[in-house]
Amino acid sequence: MTEKINRQIVIPGEIIAKGEDFLPGDGTEKRGNEIIATRYGLSEEVNKLIKIIPLSGVYHPRRGNVVIGKVENITFNGWVIDIGAGENAFLSLNEVPRYINNDSLDELMNIGDMVIVKIWGINKRGIDLSIKSRGLGKIDEGIIVKVNPNKVPRVIGKEGSMVNLIKKETNSNITVGQNGFIWIRGDKISDELLAKKAVLFIVEKSFVPGLTEEIKEWFDKNRKEKQNE
Amino acid sequence: MSKEFKRLDGRKVEEIRPMKAKVGVVPNADGSALFSFGETIAIAAVYGPKKMHPQHQQDPEKGTLRCNYNMLSFSVTDRIRPGTSRRSTEISKITQWALEPVIMIEDFPNMVIDVHINILQANASTRCAGINAAAMALAHAGIPMKNLVSSVSIGKLDKQLVVDVNKYEEDWEEGEGATDIPFTFTNDGKLTHIQLDGKITKEQLKEAVELAKKATQKIYEVQKEALKKVEGL
Repeated sequence: MTEKINRQIVIPGEIIAKGEDFLPGDGTEKRGNEIIATRYGLSEEVNKLIKIIPLSGVYHPRRGNVVIGKVENITFNGWVIDIGAGENAFLSLNEVPRYINNDSLDELMNIGDMVIVKIWGINKRGIDLSIKSRGLGKIDEGIIVKVNPNKVPRVIGKEGSMVNLIKKETNSNITVGQNGFIWIRGDKISDELLAKKAVLFIVEKSFVPGLTEEIKEWFDKNRKEKQNE
Repeated sequence: MSKEFKRLDGRKVEEIRPMKAKVGVVPNADGSALFSFGETIAIAAVYGPKKMHPQHQQDPEKGTLRCNYNMLSFSVTDRIRPGTSRRSTEISKITQWALEPVIMIEDFPNMVIDVHINILQANASTRCAGINAAAMALAHAGIPMKNLVSSVSIGKLDKQLVVDVNKYEEDWEEGEGATDIPFTFTNDGKLTHIQLDGKITKEQLKEAVELAKKATQKIYEVQKEALKKVEGL
């Protein structure tokens, strides 16, 4: 048997594993019988598949991601949306779940509006978006927080544990875009601001183990302070 | 060739000036790094991959690497005129060529990766410090790379080869004078960049290549250590 590969920071060109026991995954490459890292991040092994969890860098779009973007331009058959990736993202009129007249696109979404969209395809020309699903569409109220896209899995937590905790504690609705934009909508502005503070706290402490517990304590402390006021 | 060749700063012939490396020095950038050889300090910031603008420069086959080398006006004792010069344009291009072979640029069609290198303080070997910083910054920005590159300059002072020249040695005037040869190697010993202006024999050039290979290994270790040292982990 081969020993398990530990989680550790690897740099491009570094040999992660030798031999035929492992398969190269995201961010790795096979050269000869060595598996070599091709990007900077944390190496992780799951069922003999070695992949790299990125620690930094720009958002890398993937099919099926829900992201929050800003309407950049209106064309004759859709909207160009900036989702923080290198490529153009396009939301076609066909991907809107209701009838819109061709010359009144701006009535649904105008330039500068924030919108929750889903990536349904990536091809050579660019990224195709859709709002034909629940929870997608234009954002009318609430606040948006921008965090490092590599910290998004931390904000969501294991099976959404972290984001659900914040939702419960602050009585607000939170949508986390994979590109690092987080939409918070609560009944009161104070709730929204508390949720924003919590999100920023998570991002800052993202390397701490047992973070969910720490966030719980943090909320308790905050509540006490409120009562004392 | 005498073993007891003495350098002005007391270094041995194959000794590199004390190196310092750090990543994440520019919080706004997607990746950034600082690298210094003694008094030569370079910082590099990487932005992208992002959409190439102007559009007519977009390459649908592969991405573009755009390097920009700049010496700050206070980096040397005589203030240098800010802005691009013949020299900085050349070094920008050289840096780009030194880095391009290791970057998997074909993954980013129509996009550009911007690398900005600024020299805070100069005491020769600025292009080497710049390339080292840029390689680290690119890795820090999460750009897929085949390997890391490390750069060093080999000097020929009269007939003696030395590693990592400083300003005083660069202006050497005795005997045959000074020849400065910057090299860039990948970690597995492949050459991505070499420059030479001056005179050197074939045999000595081979010797210089070997010296540079050894020196870049030491530099690689410094770069590696800096990248592995992330706060909070």
